[in-house]
Amino acid sequence: MSNEGGRARAIEQALSRIGQPISEEEARRLEAREQCECRRGMFALAATRRQMFGGAGLVAAVGMTAMLPNAVQAKAPPGAVEYDVPDDPTKEQGRLMGVDGGYGSRSQFESEVRWYVPTKTASFTPMQSGYGIVTPSGLHYERHHAGIPNIDPAKHRLIIHGLVERAMKYSLADLKRFPTVSRTYFMECSGTTGRELMKATEPTVQRTHGLVSTSEWTGVPLSTLLKQTGLKPDAAWVLAEGADAAVMTRSVPLDKCLSDALVVFAQNGEAIRPEQGYPMRLFLPGWEGNISIKWLRRLEVSDKPFFTREETSKYTDLITKTGKARMFTFTMEAKSVITFPSGEMKLPGAGFYEITGLAWSGRGKIARVEVSLDGGKTWSLATLQDPVLPICQTRFRFPWIWEGQPAVIQSRATDDTGYSQPTHQQLIAERGPLEPAAGAQFYHMNAIQSWGIAADGSVKNVHPFG
Amino acid sequence: MCILSADLARLFCAAAVLMLMVFDAEISAVFAQGYPSAFNFGERVSDRDVAAMSAIAPDGKGLPPGSGDYEKGKQVYEIACAACHGADLKGVAGFPDMPAGAALRLIGGRGTLTNRQPILTVESYWPYATTLFDYTRRAMPFTAPGILTADEVYAVTAYILTEANVIDRTTVLDRQTLPKVQMPNRDGFIPDPRPERFR
Repeated sequence: MSNEGGRARAIEQALSRIGQPISEEEARRLEAREQCECRRGMFALAATRRQMFGGAGLVAAVGMTAMLPNAVQAKAPPGAVEYDVPDDPTKEQGRLMGVDGGYGSRSQFESEVRWYVPTKTASFTPMQSGYGIVTPSGLHYERHHAGIPNIDPAKHRLIIHGLVERAMKYSLADLKRFPTVSRTYFMECSGTTGRELMKATEPTVQRTHGLVSTSEWTGVPLSTLLKQTGLKPDAAWVLAEGADAAVMTRSVPLDKCLSDALVVFAQNGEAIRPEQGYPMRLFLPGWEGNISIKWLRRLEVSDKPFFTREETSKYTDLITKTGKARMFTFTMEAKSVITFPSGEMKLPGAGFYEITGLAWSGRGKIARVEVSLDGGKTWSLATLQDPVLPICQTRFRFPWIWEGQPAVIQSRATDDTGYSQPTHQQLIAERGPLEPAAGAQFYHMNAIQSWGIAADGSVKNVHPFG
Repeated sequence: MCILSADLARLFCAAAVLMLMVFDAEISAVFAQGYPSAFNFGERVSDRDVAAMSAIAPDGKGLPPGSGDYEKGKQVYEIACAACHGADLKGVAGFPDMPAGAALRLIGGRGTLTNRQPILTVESYWPYATTLFDYTRRAMPFTAPGILTADEVYAVTAYILTEANVIDRTTVLDRQTLPKVQMPNRDGFIPDPRPERFR
């Protein structure tokens, strides 16, 4: 009897804890369990929960949640929902399914987000905290030329006309009826790391390299659509046009359109995100991202390119050595970067670390990745994580016992055409120096990235020119 | 020879299908169906549907009727462009840098293309005047894209190209004259030579 009464009181007590304050000491203890010393500083850029709640002096994040009455929920990180955190999750029922409305969210303790340039025209994937090869759709990099249009898929049409036998228009529903394919491809902006040519400028791998991401894309081969419209004998180029306020246009050689080009409507198993071109986008595997026109509404087959603004004024590569600019530089060449350890992290002490990173090539598969621990004097092969797919990011790993001495770590990718990533010096020798200036930008910069590790374990972006 | 073997193959195929049909109706159905080469999805589009959509090419294809000159263009520029591109067409200081380098500066920069910090503008870099017209018509002004009439776009193009010392003040731009404008950096572009052989 008395036992039964004790249990009833215990249950009552346990239930009453929801939304009740806990002591500062208890909160600190909980926080210590959540954030051990070994993690502290290793992911400096990612806002810690302490920072997110406006921090120092306040009861640490985990405890704070428990302190708040239910009605005054703290704001969860983007993509998460804030729920109460019980002292002991084995002593009360977890929340019911369905409170998320049927679409899940990430943990409230995860706060990685894209980093936006001040003009909000480009955002960067947090590569330092990514795993495997697929980028979560919500963390895929973005580059917009006139914001993100909000398009009603029921009203959207893709028109194909010009040098075709039969001009056609397709709704999203029409498009989905065609035979489809799914492919896992990386996409990279041609401007990625351009600012790093002459000196180290950005502090983290997210900000140096984050304009590259990988998704599984599903859609219809463009060749299938062009087979429906037929092509006139003079057809040689296809203008792709987006339904954004820039009415973004690029000319695409017909060969590409008839080989691996896709019109995609899905990304990572669901409809593509609005910022990735909802309801449909062009996808040109291995080519600079901007030519995979988002919000695709029109394809005009032509005998010549159109020399649009985005293929003359922008996205052409000025070779300052000669004063001439390369035009229609589509391919994204082999590149790699170590994502752990990388800029602004801090290794807690000497010992074992698994160096890891990503490698990719617009020309095919990654054949090998080498890692240097001495600033490029000597190189060793890294292990490539399966699957190694063509035109896709490949995860590499390299075991390392850090002795606590300063080191410069690098990775160098070689693709299956035999092409290896160059050094900064080699790129500059070939194309000439270029510092960001009025309208000028160094595109297709794929030099070997260096991370300097100081004796205290702090990691920073370092450059061969010092 | 070829025809013969192809016929044989077809015969063999047909025989195989028949056998499967006999032994397993389900498999034969899969076997008999393939992907068709034509699909009856979508709608036909008439020339009228797409007449206004054509993109503009350097040879003038797609240019709309209309015309404009420097004087009219100056007025358009002051109302629609100067706030960002500056009264002197050299951009407005204090605007945030565009990620691809400030694109606000429209004129100047000739002779800087071999500099370490080149100045890329309509005047120093753009190979075709039709591109300026096309981009302005589609995407400008930034806060109200597509608002300018064809006459206004011809006019503001004339204004910018005059200030860039590419054409003179008396030039009237229209679908005939615009493609004939010779831009200073017309021959400044080369095909992609990559992959490079690094030394």
